[in-house]
Amino acid sequence: MKGKKWIKAVYPAAIVALIYLLVTVLRQLGIMNGYYNQVLMFAGINIMMTASLNLVNGFTGQFCIGHAGFMSLGAYGAAIVTGMLFKHTDSIFVFLLGLFAGGLAAMAAGMLIGLPSLKLKGDYLAIVTLAFGEIVRALLRLVKPIGGARGMIGIPGYANLGWILFFMALTLFLLRNLIHSPFGRAFIAIRDNEVAADAMGINTTKYKMTSFCIAAFIAGVAGGLYAHVISFIQPDNFSFTKSADFLVYLYAGGSGSLTGSVVGATLLTILPEFLRFLADWRLAVYAVILVLVMLYRSEGLCGGLELPFMRIRRKELYEEPLFGKKEKGKEGQA
Amino acid sequence: MKKSSIKRFLGLFLALAVVLGMTACGGGKEAGGVDGDTIKIGVVCPISGNSAIAGKYITHGVEVVEEELGGKIKIKDKEYKIEFIYMDNEASEEKTTNVFQKLIEEEKVIAIVGPDMSKCALAGGPIAQKAGCPIVATFATNTAVTEVGDYIFRACFIDPFQGKMAAQYIWESGYKTTAVMFNNADAYATGLTDAFVEAYEGFGGTVVAKEEYSGSDVKDYNVQLTKLASSNPECVFFPNLLGELGLQIQQARAAGLNCPIVCGDSADTPEVGEVAGAAVENVAYVSAFSAEATTDAAKSFVEKYTAMFDGETPNSNAELAYEATQMVLYALQNADELTREGVRDALKNIEGLELPSGKMSMAEDRNPIKGGVVMQYDADGVSHYVSSINPD
Repeated sequence: MKGKKWIKAVYPAAIVALIYLLVTVLRQLGIMNGYYNQVLMFAGINIMMTASLNLVNGFTGQFCIGHAGFMSLGAYGAAIVTGMLFKHTDSIFVFLLGLFAGGLAAMAAGMLIGLPSLKLKGDYLAIVTLAFGEIVRALLRLVKPIGGARGMIGIPGYANLGWILFFMALTLFLLRNLIHSPFGRAFIAIRDNEVAADAMGINTTKYKMTSFCIAAFIAGVAGGLYAHVISFIQPDNFSFTKSADFLVYLYAGGSGSLTGSVVGATLLTILPEFLRFLADWRLAVYAVILVLVMLYRSEGLCGGLELPFMRIRRKELYEEPLFGKKEKGKEGQA
Repeated sequence: MKKSSIKRFLGLFLALAVVLGMTACGGGKEAGGVDGDTIKIGVVCPISGNSAIAGKYITHGVEVVEEELGGKIKIKDKEYKIEFIYMDNEASEEKTTNVFQKLIEEEKVIAIVGPDMSKCALAGGPIAQKAGCPIVATFATNTAVTEVGDYIFRACFIDPFQGKMAAQYIWESGYKTTAVMFNNADAYATGLTDAFVEAYEGFGGTVVAKEEYSGSDVKDYNVQLTKLASSNPECVFFPNLLGELGLQIQQARAAGLNCPIVCGDSADTPEVGEVAGAAVENVAYVSAFSAEATTDAAKSFVEKYTAMFDGETPNSNAELAYEATQMVLYALQNADELTREGVRDALKNIEGLELPSGKMSMAEDRNPIKGGVVMQYDADGVSHYVSSINPD
C-alpha cells in the first residue's frame, strides 16, 4: 500500500525526468539533434501558455484572446532583468529572478486589466482582452531603451530544455492542484453557471480575478523562457496571431482538460515542422488536419478526458474523512 | 491530495530543478559541410506567410545559380555535388530558429543563404554564430544583423546607406521639403526613416510631416495621408514593406498628393505597380540593382532569369539571393579547407567579386561595399533606371 502510494505521488515527475533523460541520451547518441531540441523547447513553452489560457478559458469560462500580451510582458520583463540590469552576471539566480520579474510584470498587467473589465461577461471581455494585447504591443514599440519596434537583441540564451521541462511540469502540477482546490471548484462553478455561483455566495469577480492573475503570471514566465530561447524579441512577435495560436492549441486539445492542453500544444507545435517534407503544401495540409479534428472531435482531442495522474479523486481531496475519524496511517509522514 | 505527498512532490521537483538546471543541453560546434563529395547549402526564405512574394523571388534567384551549376561544382580540381535545401520560415522569427537548427544540425549544411528579413536574421543569427555556421543574409538591411558575430554576413547594403541614398536623391532632384509616412511597428521602416531624416536634414532639407501607422495589417492610410497632403510637401517618402506600398501609393494619389513619391528598396517588385495601378507613375525607389544595368554579369543574369521563369523580371530580392549564393560559391572555391570555418574566412576576404550589381568587396564589419541605384516606375508599372549612387 505504502509503495503504491509513493509511486503514485512520484511517477508524474518521473515521467518528465525520463523524457529529459531520453532526449539527453538520444542527443548524445546523435539520433536527436538541436533541431528536435528546439522544437521541443517551443512545445514546452506552448504547453505552459495553453495550460494557463485553459485556466481562464477552460476552467473559469471567461474568454481571453489577448494571451500573447501577457507573454510579451513576461518576455520583456525577464529580458530586461537578465539582458540589461544584470548583463554581466551569468548565474542561475539572475535567470530565475528574470523569469519571476517577467511573471510579476504580466500579473500586474493582468490585475490592471482585470479590475475594471472582469465584471464584463463573454464577448465583451474577449474584446477587452483583445484590445489589451494590441495596447501592450503598441506601447512596447514606443519604448526606445528596449529597442522599440526593432526589438531587443542579445538576450542571453539561458533557457534550455531542462529548464523548460521543469517549469512546464511545475505549471501543470500547480494548475492541477489549484483546480482541485476550493479555488478551482469556485472557478468551475463560475464557468458552469455564473449566476448560480453568485447565488451560492461565491464572490465571482474575486475568483475571476484570481484565475486571470495566475494565468497571467504563468504566461509571463513562459514568455520569459521564450525570450531566453529565441534571444531576440520584438513587439510584433506577440501579435494577435500568436494569441490565436494558443486558442487553437487550447480548443484542438480540448478546453477544460489539462491533458488536452499538453496534447494540443505538443501536437500542433510539432505538426508544422513534421510536415516540412510537403514543401509548399505544408500549411494547407496543417489547416486541413485542424479542420478534420474539429469536425470529428469538436470537444477537442482530449475534451472531457484527463490522464489518471492529472486527475484527483474526490476522496483524496480531504485530509481526513469527514465522518468517523480514522487513525492516521504511518504513510502520512514523508 | 494529502499534505505529505505534496511535500514529497515538491521535494522531488526541487531535486529535479537542480539536476535539470545544472545539466545544460548544449550542442557544441559540429563540423558540418562536406558529406563525402556532396556540399549542402541551406536557403531560408518566406515561402508562405505575409512575405511569400519575396520568397518566390528569392527561390527563383537561387534556382538560377542551381541551373548554372547543374548540380556540380569544381573546387580545386575536384568535383563535388552541390545541393540547395530550401526552407520556409514564414517570415517568422520562431520558425527561422527552427529552420536554422534543422539546416545546421540535421542537414549539416556548410553555409546558409538568407533569411531576407532583419528580424529573422536577428533571431537566427545567434544560433548560426553559436554553431559556427556562416550565413549570408540576403535582404537584412538593419545594422544590428551582422553585429551578432563573425559568422554573419549580408549581401545587401545597410539601412543608413539606403536612407542616405534616398535623401541624396530627393535633395539632388531639388525638393526642399519632404513628408514621411512609415510603419512604426516595423524595424525596417523605422530604421530607414531615422536614417533618411538624419541625412536629409543634414543636406538642408525639411521634413514637414512625419506620420505613423502600426502594423502590416493596416489597409486604410487616409488619415495619415490627408495630414501629409495638408503639409504641402514637394516630395513624399514611404519607407515601408512591399505588401503595404501598393495601397499607400494608390491612396496617396487619391488624397491629392501628386508630388513625386520615393520608396525604400522594398518597392522593387512588379506587384507594387499591379496594386497601385496607374497611380504608380512617378514613384521612385532606391534599389540594389537595376534589371536595365548594362554590365555583362547583370545582362547574363537577367537573360537567364527571364528565360527560366516565363518572362518574369528579376527584382532585388531575386538578385540579392543570387548574389548571396554567388558569394557563398566564391567562398567555397577560395576556402583553404572545406569547412564552415574555412568558408567564413573566405567570405571575409571577398575582393572584387563580379556580380550583377557591380564589383563587390567585403568590408571589415561583414557588410558588402557596393553602390545602389535609383529607379522610377512609369505609368505601366515598369521601372526604369534613373541614376547610380555610390558609397563614399
